[in-house]
Amino acid sequence: MSVLVFIDIAEGQIKKASFEAACYGAQTASLMGTKAEAIVLGTFNEDLSILGNYGISKVHSVSDHALNNFDSQVFTKVIAEAVESLGSEVIVFANNTTGKAIGPRLSAKIKAGIVTGAVALPDMSNGFVVRKTVFSGKAFANIGITSTKKIICLNPNSFNITKSDQKAEVATFNAVIPASKTAVVSVNKVTGEVSLSEADIVVSGGRGLKGPENWGLVTDLAKLLGAATACSRPVADIHWRPHHEHVGQTGLAIAPNLYIAIGISGAIQHLAGVNRSKVIVVINKDSEAPFFKAADYGIVGDAFEVVPKIIEAVKKLKGMS
Amino acid sequence: MKILICISKTPDTTAKIAFADNNTKFTTDGVQWILNPYDEWYSLVRAIELKEADPSTVLHLINVGGADCEPIIRKALALGGDEAIRINSEESDSYNVAAQIAHIAKESNYDLIFTGKETIDYNGSSIGGMIAEMMDLPFISHAVKFNLEGGKAIVTREIDGGEETVQSELPLVVSCQKGMAEQRIPNMKGIMGARTKPLKVTEPITIETLTSIVSFDLPPAKAGVKLVSPDNPEELVRLLNEEAKAI
Ligand SMILES: Cc1cc2nc3c(=O)[nH]c(=O)nc-3n(C[C@H](O)[C@H](O)[C@H](O)COP(=O)(O)OP(=O)(O)OC[C@H]3O[C@@H](n4cnc5c(N)ncnc54)[C@H](O)[C@@H]3O)c2cc1C
Ligand SMILES: Nc1ncnc2c1ncn2[C@@H]1O[C@H](COP(=O)(O)O)[C@@H](O)[C@H]1O
Repeated sequence: MSVLVFIDIAEGQIKKASFEAACYGAQTASLMGTKAEAIVLGTFNEDLSILGNYGISKVHSVSDHALNNFDSQVFTKVIAEAVESLGSEVIVFANNTTGKAIGPRLSAKIKAGIVTGAVALPDMSNGFVVRKTVFSGKAFANIGITSTKKIICLNPNSFNITKSDQKAEVATFNAVIPASKTAVVSVNKVTGEVSLSEADIVVSGGRGLKGPENWGLVTDLAKLLGAATACSRPVADIHWRPHHEHVGQTGLAIAPNLYIAIGISGAIQHLAGVNRSKVIVVINKDSEAPFFKAADYGIVGDAFEVVPKIIEAVKKLKGMS
Repeated sequence: MKILICISKTPDTTAKIAFADNNTKFTTDGVQWILNPYDEWYSLVRAIELKEADPSTVLHLINVGGADCEPIIRKALALGGDEAIRINSEESDSYNVAAQIAHIAKESNYDLIFTGKETIDYNGSSIGGMIAEMMDLPFISHAVKFNLEGGKAIVTREIDGGEETVQSELPLVVSCQKGMAEQRIPNMKGIMGARTKPLKVTEPITIETLTSIVSFDLPPAKAGVKLVSPDNPEELVRLLNEEAKAI
């Protein structure tokens, strides 16, 4: 009866969303009076004992080159074998593209009820109830999991990371690795940029910026703040920006600490993807733009005049000028 | 090529979100229902394009839902589905819905099963992966591009901060999102034709559920916006730094 956390490794690095999942798993385990373990698939050089800092007691490493090729079918089989052999009762994933590809498969395989998009620790006072976002962030639902085994996919940026100086024991887990029916043929990573779903700060632009040639305003400010960049749907539709930057009801839903919206009207479908941001700043020349109703701070003004001044002020704050 | 397209009904994106019965039920009064955008714009339209490229392709639609789902099924037929199956069951949890679909899908040899990335109401992102596991098939999620080449699928999927292109054997389950295709509007001929396309209704099989909704709630309202003069953006930076502690 323990908790098992899946640790997602991209390019040999443990992602922030996985550290959050580790902390979440550890705290869930302590509520259940048990321990949290982790499973890592694939080969890499990172020191896995540091997962102890995040509350993991033991890391099971399935170190096989075949697992460097991500295949949800193969990963699910291996994780299911570990769940069975370790007797895990709750399995935690980050609710990112990897977690969402494996979590539901595992749910079907081991008949474990699943909650994706979780935002809080399970409430075990009456059953096992997990809080999640629904209606694209416009509401929350509390979902009871009734099966013995349970799967939780934790939304990125929803759970605080706490660290200690504990080390985890690292052990090899020998699993049967089935042949894959899929093969990765190419990867196109926008390297050097901050991942949008994990970013603390996001700077986003809308149609108010008039054209892709003006995006320097957004990217310069983002770079200064160590932020990721995003955009409204029409901006991606007319190819001013890549599709993966589109946030909203039909794009990515994000929950950064700070969201800065420049020249975005704040349509309900846009708000659906960003309304869980802790602080929202809106810069729009129309004082009637609906976004101001959802904002914490705002400037009614022309982005082309205001944003360069903000950039200067941030530089001053950071001692860069 | 035989493709099964899973379609679901969701409230319109501008629907007012409110709850009744002690916050245990979504208030459907006055709500307009639409075909889930991911199913309509991306998954279905890409499947239609595959049929346009190879007219021998057959497109079957499947929905788990009550009779009130028929308008959205007819819309999907008007866009270009060939025939539809409705499993007459009020939606319960994802596990149950996926098992209903997998049960039907196992009887006909589909080469491809398409789902949307998620439904925009419960945001489960679960049905596709579950169907794949229940049928022991490969699953590629968050697909932004899909092509067939020499009997294999070449799929580009979103990964954190980028994209990855994967080659897969068929049969295959794919969850679709933006990039797959462009939204289309049904034309008059399609709408007229949809009326006579087959829509079969079958009864569900008995399957357990693994989760249930306990309650809903709404996020707390914002306190109101603090406006800063456009002549003094430095003040905004100061507030973000000192008051909000966000930069
Ligand atoms: C089913 C459905 C799903 C949708 N899903 C999404 C979604 O996921 N994400 C999304 O974003 N949208 C979505 N939309 C579209 C949404 O309804 C809006 O059309 C869209 O968000 C508007 O984008 P925008 O704010 O960039 O453009 P606009 O609405 O054109 O707004 C531009 C804004 O810029 C301001 N502006 C202009 N010039 C300046 C200037 N010089 N300085 C400062 N401000 C300026 C204007 O005052 C205006 O408020 C969806 C729509 C539908 C129907
Ligand atoms: N009741 C349903 N009937 C048929 N397909 C569904 C149903 N619910 C969800 N789906 C499919 O599964 C996808 C993901 O839904 P979900 O896992 O509920 O977020 C949707 O985009 C649909 O393609």
